[in-house]
Amino acid sequence: MSRLGTLLARETALAWGKGGGPMVAVGFYAGVATLLPLAVGSEPERLAAIAPGAAWVALALAALLSLDRLFERDYEDGALDLLTLSPVPLELICAVKCLAQWLAAGLPLALAAPVAAIALGASPALSGLVVACALLGGLAFSFMGGIGAALSLGARRGGLLTAVIVLPLFVPPVIFGGGALAGLAAGLPWSAGFVLLGAYTAAAVALGPLAMAAACRNALS
Amino acid sequence: MFARLILKISPGDAVALVGRNGSGKTSLLRAIAGLITPDEGTISFGGIEPAEAREAIHLLGHLDGLKSSRTARDELSFWTGFAGGSAAAVEACAGQLDLGPLLDLEVRRLSAGQRRRLALARLLAAPRPLWLLDEPLSPLDAAWRGRFGEIMGEHLRGGGMILAAVHDPLPLAARTVEIAP
Repeated sequence: MSRLGTLLARETALAWGKGGGPMVAVGFYAGVATLLPLAVGSEPERLAAIAPGAAWVALALAALLSLDRLFERDYEDGALDLLTLSPVPLELICAVKCLAQWLAAGLPLALAAPVAAIALGASPALSGLVVACALLGGLAFSFMGGIGAALSLGARRGGLLTAVIVLPLFVPPVIFGGGALAGLAAGLPWSAGFVLLGAYTAAAVALGPLAMAAACRNALS
Repeated sequence: MFARLILKISPGDAVALVGRNGSGKTSLLRAIAGLITPDEGTISFGGIEPAEAREAIHLLGHLDGLKSSRTARDELSFWTGFAGGSAAAVEACAGQLDLGPLLDLEVRRLSAGQRRRLALARLLAAPRPLWLLDEPLSPLDAAWRGRFGEIMGEHLRGGGMILAAVHDPLPLAARTVEIAP
């Protein structure tokens, strides 16, 4: 277990470190959230109606940003070879990498999400659910995104390929989370969407590492 | 790639794999490490399950797995810890390879030879019996090749095994196996 702790510390430090990390993700998120009112028009009623959903979609896009660095660097410098030469199963190693990704990017984004939603005109009463959805959804984005990142290993311009693979996998959490937020905003039942988001996240955390490990093995051989 | 190869390594053995570029030296090392599966043939570890045997293998390839943005100490401690070595061993092995003053530098500032010594320190800090070395000498100068020879000799005396893909002869007595397509 101490090995996994060591790995988590290193991966988080790498994800948090230079040339990426939380500030870039949050900055990108703020940029997308600022662009939206410029495109759809700034009437407060219209913005308030789309605010929770817009904040949520921007979150999914920001989660894409750091994915290409998840496995690519370790693949290029040989670290992935050495990581597989340990008694720790590759599946667990992949899960730890995604968890570190979530700690470095998902967590700061979740804290920024209610700020963006309120800035777009959403009711502050939604903030609690926005954070909860962003935390849970961010975990799904990391683990599902990891599959795309692992599948595009070794491809030129892998980052673009990752986005194309991953965006369809982001559809369910975006629908469930957006549904829960729209429900609460309209005073309707919202728990179903939130529970489905949780179920999708649980499936991503359980199944994602199997797919990532298989893709990594394939890339290494 | 080679089709017929019978190779047995026992404790205390050093084997130098020679062969032309592309003859399959690196592939053989990666197959033994379990990173690739050979089309045919078997690799066995004296009755130990291959998954368990991986814990007994160190692989030192031309890619050293060192992140250029982290300090030498961070990287060495991580790989040592991840391979099951102790933190105390990190400083001792770094000293043995004259890495002490370099440990606080970022890996990107190290020369190719210094990087190789840093990668080598990992092998000493987390002892494992089988060393798979891919061109271990290439970036090292003559003095360090000699020192590396002594380190390898010590590893063999302790019951270790070395399988090295080389173009230049190893700086110690080793059985030479030629791989020909």
